[in-house]
Amino acid sequence: MARRVSTQSRIAWTIAAWAVALLIFFPILYTVLTSFKTEAEAIAGISLIPSGTFENYVEVQSQRDYFKPFMNSVVISVGSTLLALLVAIPAAWSMAFSPTRRTKDILMWMLSTKMMPAVAVLVPIYLIFRDGGLLDTRIGLTVMLTLINLPIVVWMLYTYFREIPGEILEAARMDGASLVSEILYVLTPMAVPGIASTMLLNIILAWNESFWTIRLTTTNAAPLTAFIASFSSPQGLFWAKLSAASTLAIAPILIMGWFSQRQLVRGLTFGAVK
Amino acid sequence: MATRQTRTLARFMMAPSVLLLLVWMIVPLAMTLWFSFQNYNLLNPANVSFAGLFNYKYFYTDPAFFQSIANTLILVGGVLVITVVGGILLALLLDQPIFGQGIVRILVISPFFVMPPVAALVWKNMIMHPGYGVLADIARFFGATPVDWFAQHPLLSIVIIVAWQWLPFATLILLTALQSLDGEQKEAAEMDGAGFLDRFRYLTLPHLARAITVVILIQTIFLLGVYAEILVTTNGGPGYASTNLAFLIYRTALLGYDVGGASAGGVIAVILANVVAIFLMRAVGRNLDR
Amino acid sequence: MRLHTLVLGLCSASAFALAAHAETLTIATVNNGDMIRMQKLTDNFTAKNPGIDLQWVTLEENVLRERVTTDIATKGGQYDVMTIGTYEVPIWAKQGWLLPLENLGADYDVDDILPAIRGGLSMDGKLYAAPFYGESSMVMYRKDLIDKAGLTMPDAPTWEFIADAARKMTDRGADINGVCLRGKAGWGENMAFLSATANSFGARWFDENWQPQFDQPEWKATLDFYVKLMNDAGPQGASSNGFNENLALFQQGKCGMWIDATVAASFVSNPKDSTVADKVGYALAPDNGLGKRGNWLWAWSLAIPAGTQKADAAEKFIAWATSKDYLALVASKEGWANVPPGTRTSLYQNADYLAAAPFAKMTLDSINSADPTKPTVKPVPYVGVQFVAIPEFQGLGTTVGQLFSAALAGQMSVDDALAQAQSVSVREMTRAGYIK
Repeated sequence: MARRVSTQSRIAWTIAAWAVALLIFFPILYTVLTSFKTEAEAIAGISLIPSGTFENYVEVQSQRDYFKPFMNSVVISVGSTLLALLVAIPAAWSMAFSPTRRTKDILMWMLSTKMMPAVAVLVPIYLIFRDGGLLDTRIGLTVMLTLINLPIVVWMLYTYFREIPGEILEAARMDGASLVSEILYVLTPMAVPGIASTMLLNIILAWNESFWTIRLTTTNAAPLTAFIASFSSPQGLFWAKLSAASTLAIAPILIMGWFSQRQLVRGLTFGAVK
Repeated sequence: MATRQTRTLARFMMAPSVLLLLVWMIVPLAMTLWFSFQNYNLLNPANVSFAGLFNYKYFYTDPAFFQSIANTLILVGGVLVITVVGGILLALLLDQPIFGQGIVRILVISPFFVMPPVAALVWKNMIMHPGYGVLADIARFFGATPVDWFAQHPLLSIVIIVAWQWLPFATLILLTALQSLDGEQKEAAEMDGAGFLDRFRYLTLPHLARAITVVILIQTIFLLGVYAEILVTTNGGPGYASTNLAFLIYRTALLGYDVGGASAGGVIAVILANVVAIFLMRAVGRNLDR
Repeated sequence: MRLHTLVLGLCSASAFALAAHAETLTIATVNNGDMIRMQKLTDNFTAKNPGIDLQWVTLEENVLRERVTTDIATKGGQYDVMTIGTYEVPIWAKQGWLLPLENLGADYDVDDILPAIRGGLSMDGKLYAAPFYGESSMVMYRKDLIDKAGLTMPDAPTWEFIADAARKMTDRGADINGVCLRGKAGWGENMAFLSATANSFGARWFDENWQPQFDQPEWKATLDFYVKLMNDAGPQGASSNGFNENLALFQQGKCGMWIDATVAASFVSNPKDSTVADKVGYALAPDNGLGKRGNWLWAWSLAIPAGTQKADAAEKFIAWATSKDYLALVASKEGWANVPPGTRTSLYQNADYLAAAPFAKMTLDSINSADPTKPTVKPVPYVGVQFVAIPEFQGLGTTVGQLFSAALAGQMSVDDALAQAQSVSVREMTRAGYIK
């Protein structure tokens, strides 16, 4: 199975891949480095060796508490993702395995609900949220993000499910498996990796959503996007402090990505099962 | 094979998603349509009246309107080309046997983790600024004049920033598809003596078709609404060179607080998005059926 | 046993009463240094006012403005105190969205507020927002570079002198630009600077009948002057530079002069961040001998939205945050140089402050020389120096700003930019019903 690869070509590929990866990563790397510089250093031109000050982090923490917006981000992004999965899995399943002539149209229509630019509907949505008492609540924001990302979740799940070979299902049905056991014992294990990577991607999307999360919150439900907005572009030098705040906001999701790396890879390679 | 029972069940399973999205589509759309026929400025709520088609006419005759549509399409097209081509190349690269594959993969995906306004601020000030940005320093090191990105190539600069944000998404989806390509098929093709380009053209690319379609469709929807990056970098300038439809709506809605005009702009944006979507479905949609 | 229950019940009842009594004020602020400092001094307020808790919402300027405007216009009721500027106050007060500040306390001394600022925050003699800090604009220049150019900066320079000095100070080889000015499109970016400058050139946004004036020679003179000067002596990338970009350039020693907000003085003179801290001089914004200088007037101010249930507590807070005592409090904790400037006459009579802030006199003179009610040489129907206090201005100002930044970037001629600015202004003003 494993292809034999000469060490030479492996090293060549490694160098190429690392070079490209570092190039893409550079703006983030530079942000992290800048967070350890003083404000004066931050604008003094390119330098990859910061003076190693922690004053920006101290300053950021003393200006605004990190923990509460962090918890809000976690609750809102995980909550909305789970909610979206709950609704989307059955839909994607039925579209992938019992497709009709209309399936493609329905998929397209779902995506089209995202076509309205958010800025154009801010006032209508704000009015709805006001009347529903949903302003600045986690539940309101969670529902909002669920609806926003639901089409993406359905689409991704649909494409993953489509990769599951239909023959397996038919074989199971021949064996007399009921629909429920078909889903539970045959499909689910094959679908878990796809669901996992959908979940991860969607958590990231929800984590970074920075229009509604800022416009519909004040204090109680404000997530890290609002935290960031309080460090962006004040009068005066701010790049080092903004870098520190951004690093704090990116770090959890980067670490999560890191730990779910295995899961993600399995999600990415599950098609090889067939 | 599909019995009536499974068909009923399938409908039942789709119902929650469809109903939710139906409500989610109809309520804002209905409100937007309603407001689009009203004279309604948020800062002058006493003066609300029926406007007929005036908001549409006003939005449509905005001097920036046609350029903003062109800019929207260039922005979407440019980012799509960069991310799809770049995504395929990156996916192929990451699919090779390399040391530290896990780390490389995380590094490549990481731009996706950065919030859009922050990404734009970082690019504008720390990377592209002609006075103290990294690119300017590199240019000066080689004795060249630094490029004044946002004055000389405003739209290109924004395309670059947005493409950087979306490249990871494309790479991730394409890598998924690539890794599901049957190893045995690949080996068989190699045995047959097919060269890299032939293998890519006749085996890999067809296999990636559906993934590419998904990337194009999903990204298009997001890219049509890009405005935060424009707001923090150029504010739509110089002139209207970097004004897209979403920014035009932003200007109407959140600078002018013209709810009627912004709603009309929103309806126009939905129509444009549908045109683009229909065009895309014609062009690449059949890949979904495979 | 019964007694026990009773005591418990009483305790919990009183606890409930206490909890009900404790009010939480939600305060929206902009993320500038003076506001951040105030948040760190919250304890001083809560110690004096038990039963009032403070909850802060800190956002960058543009997002803050969107948030509070949306909220107040839709009566969302999310905030008890809002930080707004001199642009919003007249518009909102006219709509009846703000509560007048009439109970600021006996020792508040309203008459101590600088008259120019107080005028901008009042309607029909009532104060609708209390200024937290005020600013105008002025010239900041490098003493060493102007000496090198063989010139002496007067306290009140003319535009002619500035243009001459800028060209002489420019040394492209050494990466020194004679003058750094705002160029990024936006009503609060390049248009703040250009509108104020236009005032000193005798131009105005609208005539008495709300007819836009971009087709008049005064605007052409303004924009011609600006574009030529920036081409000869401005930095690269000027058309996307705002306040912060120019600040960064100036602090690195890349600008000979910089005309911008007075609040910048405390940044450029701070040796921690600035490489040129000991070489900065200050002068009034330039004029053209027409009686108006090219400086603006702005005050970040605290106001109470009409919908709040906690108006009394909110007013107590505003009285605290904008009082003389607050200035003294900041001075005792962080030194006089860090007190919020530009609001009270008494601050500029305080010898300690004048000693600690070398730019104090120039700031006061700049603020006093701006008059938002009579901003221009010729008469106008509007209030505001670097803005026009009508709801349509943010959108219109940004569009015109885009056109002028294109003229600066060389993508459009000055004449084209002005012609298009005129036509979009006529269009917008007709639509809004100003032009009949």
